[in-house]
Amino acid sequence: MKFRTRRTMLYIPGNNPGMLQLADIFGADAVLFDLEDSVAPNEKDAARDLIANMIRFREYENIEITVRINPIDTPYFDRDVKEIIASGNLDAIRLPKANSAKDVKALEKLINKYEEEFKIEPGSIKIHPMIETAIGVIQSYEIASSSDRIDAITIGGQDLTANMGVSKTKEGKEILWARSQVVMSAKAANVDVIDTIFADINDEEGLIEETRLIKSLGFTGKAVINPRQIKPIHAVFAPSKDEVEWAFEVIDAYEKALKEGRGVIAVRGKMIDPPVRKRAQRIAGMAYLMEQE
Amino acid sequence: MKNKLGVKLPDHIDGIGKILPYKGPFARVRGLKKEGLTTTGVKMRSSLPGKKKVFKDLKKVIELSGLKDGGTISFHHHLRNGDFLLMNVMKVLDEMGFKDLILSPSSLTSAHQGIVDYVRKGVVKRICTSGLRGELGKFISKGNMEIPVVIRSHGGRARAIKSGDVKIDVAFIGAPSSDREGNLNGVRGPSACGSLGYAMVDAEYADCVIAVTDHLVDYPNTPISIPQYQVDYIVLTDKLGNPDKIGSGSTRLTTNPVDHIIAEKAAKLIFNSGYFGNGMTFQTGAGGASLAVAKYVADIMEAKGVVGSYAIGGISSYIVDIYKRGLFKKMFDVQSFDKGVVSSLLNNEDHLEISADFYANPFNSGAIINNLDVVVLAAYEIDTDFNVNVLVDSHGYAQGASGGHSDTSAAAKLTVIVAPSFRARIPTLVDRVNTIITPGETVDILVTERGIAVNPKRKDLLENFKGKGLNIIDICDLKKKVDKITLKPRMVEFGDKICGLIEYRDGTIIDTIDQVIE
Amino acid sequence: MKISKKSSAGSLESSDLMVYLEPMDTIKVEAVSSVSTSQHQKEIEALVKKELKKAGITGAYVKVQDNGALNLTIKARLKTAISRGIE
Repeated sequence: MKFRTRRTMLYIPGNNPGMLQLADIFGADAVLFDLEDSVAPNEKDAARDLIANMIRFREYENIEITVRINPIDTPYFDRDVKEIIASGNLDAIRLPKANSAKDVKALEKLINKYEEEFKIEPGSIKIHPMIETAIGVIQSYEIASSSDRIDAITIGGQDLTANMGVSKTKEGKEILWARSQVVMSAKAANVDVIDTIFADINDEEGLIEETRLIKSLGFTGKAVINPRQIKPIHAVFAPSKDEVEWAFEVIDAYEKALKEGRGVIAVRGKMIDPPVRKRAQRIAGMAYLMEQE
Repeated sequence: MKNKLGVKLPDHIDGIGKILPYKGPFARVRGLKKEGLTTTGVKMRSSLPGKKKVFKDLKKVIELSGLKDGGTISFHHHLRNGDFLLMNVMKVLDEMGFKDLILSPSSLTSAHQGIVDYVRKGVVKRICTSGLRGELGKFISKGNMEIPVVIRSHGGRARAIKSGDVKIDVAFIGAPSSDREGNLNGVRGPSACGSLGYAMVDAEYADCVIAVTDHLVDYPNTPISIPQYQVDYIVLTDKLGNPDKIGSGSTRLTTNPVDHIIAEKAAKLIFNSGYFGNGMTFQTGAGGASLAVAKYVADIMEAKGVVGSYAIGGISSYIVDIYKRGLFKKMFDVQSFDKGVVSSLLNNEDHLEISADFYANPFNSGAIINNLDVVVLAAYEIDTDFNVNVLVDSHGYAQGASGGHSDTSAAAKLTVIVAPSFRARIPTLVDRVNTIITPGETVDILVTERGIAVNPKRKDLLENFKGKGLNIIDICDLKKKVDKITLKPRMVEFGDKICGLIEYRDGTIIDTIDQVIE
Repeated sequence: MKISKKSSAGSLESSDLMVYLEPMDTIKVEAVSSVSTSQHQKEIEALVKKELKKAGITGAYVKVQDNGALNLTIKARLKTAISRGIE
């Protein structure tokens, strides 16, 4: 299987054909077509029809296609899920305001139904719950581990700070705990964890600083709202030369050990176990991607 | 007959004369010696000491100029969309009852739509220009002129004037500043526009030169872009142009993310092309993705500690900024793109004003572009033979300009075309462009947001690009990719009537502007 | 099925289009485009007619103001307008 990463997931407003039709050219790892906040209530139907057609006919190249639908408690929820699954080429659904495992289960049930109805490979459509309330943060492990369809969870900073009754700052101290909690839950559930957007598209330094922070916390990627934010984030996530060399040593040693039937191996004096090997494979994959860019 | 690119042409067109078919970018240049051409003589003028040259009445000066019905008049387009002069002169010529004039400006902009009326009235019989816009372009493409318009490149126009193909009877030169003897420059006054590079050729070869200025200064007016010995009359006017439309304060870089994606790829290609390095010479377009390429190339130059020799072309303040970063030693300026350039041209000795002849004429002993390493250009359309159209729009109307496109692509060692693969639903990449301005044999690379195509004749480049992580694909495969998205390529129906001739820089005819059937 | 009330969908942005529907007994389609030739406008009209047929619409007066939309966008906007124009 091709190495897939989600360093960047590019938001695109759902009712804007000019931007939707260009989604795959900016070099983001994934696109996030949005039916929620960027679409006015009286245009939800239009955006849904448009996104469904884009996914059905546009044949995007080498990019993960995800759609942020409207929350469960809105009248659009069922239609959103149905229409975008009917489009046939969807990779994942981002579920906003996931407050509990129950919410995920509700979406899962719908996906099961429509996958069957539209003859999509069962289980192929993933779920990305979005943690953006206090209760969601508290329940984040239950959410992250509530379905086999989940392969990433994400945090939504704007709504979360609103829910906390504080304002979102550039430094982000107010959501530091929440970020750490969400990362920990994701790691415990063994899924990717995607950070919230950085709103000031003109502040590249601020973006880089924040990306360094969230990378150090354990996030595997970040949502972006402007194509200009993609490169700086990929650069932060790029492994160092030393990391890449280490990764290839680990992979080689592992394969050699496997061939020779040895169980225990060490690289640079340290034991290599499956989690370390997984990290090495991830770094090697990243290095390959960076070479392509 | 058919030219080298398969375009059907008549041998002769009434009102124009014998048609020379295009035979290749340098076919005529190589054989010029055999043709034995000489520069046509300019009418000798004399001037007694103390002769008065300054007048207030344009009519009176036109009378003195000796202009006759059927004569050729010229203008420059350095005042761009803010130019008042051309339309003011046309009004006066109409009032004076002139007929059948040949209008031969360096180009026409959106400020010149009103020419349509003078064609209808019979004041203007023929038009020679680099560009056509708006209603005038539509009017011509619909077949409303009896004699085809002739479209020339900037270098080609210099050649045509110098060789006598275009014999200017009276040149009207909008002069942002002049003294009483007619020393002119474009860097002072309320209508300052920067370089007067296109007008320099007219001043040298016209039989009569009328400078019109709204800024008369004490003698002597320096710097001298056009010297007093070429100027016969100076006419005072209130306003030469609208300063807001002559040019913005500075040229801003595009914010369109697609342009940036394309520009970044193009810069990476240039870096790997074999032409990147100390002493490199560089030209780029005025806006959009092509100007953005300058940003990314400059960033790489800075990072690698590379200093180029010169930047050339239309100079924008963005290029001046790159010079100020120490990345180029000199700037050659045939046309200034914004007001920010004016003070640089005035105050900076490394910023040099040059004529269109010096810039790009193929029939002289060496134009500056002959030493050009890399040029980055735009395209309305490009076809799978790499032919480029920068004139005719998706409706089939002439709405663009030849400019220096075919000049620089012929001369430069590396010609890079940057363009989105489609605009709205209109594909840029087609089987055959509507009108060829620049022949594909002079184009090396097409960079789009969806992939890069290299002209197969440039095997050396393909070799250089191997293993560099550049997404290079065959131009036909790239076209297939785009066709899948746009589905239905554009269809314009053209009639048989030739509305315009696209003259290649060497004076041969490379293509035609065909009549749009409504 | 016929369009029962006036409806519209889309925008006048580049790469988009406006579709206007009005009740009518038969099918009538008129398209204008800011980027394409009259020949191309006829193709847009043909596409709209085909999609109306697919959707089982037998009565509608359709006006299209195109700003360079891809076919898939034309189809999507028409679909939205139809669902808005049927009670």
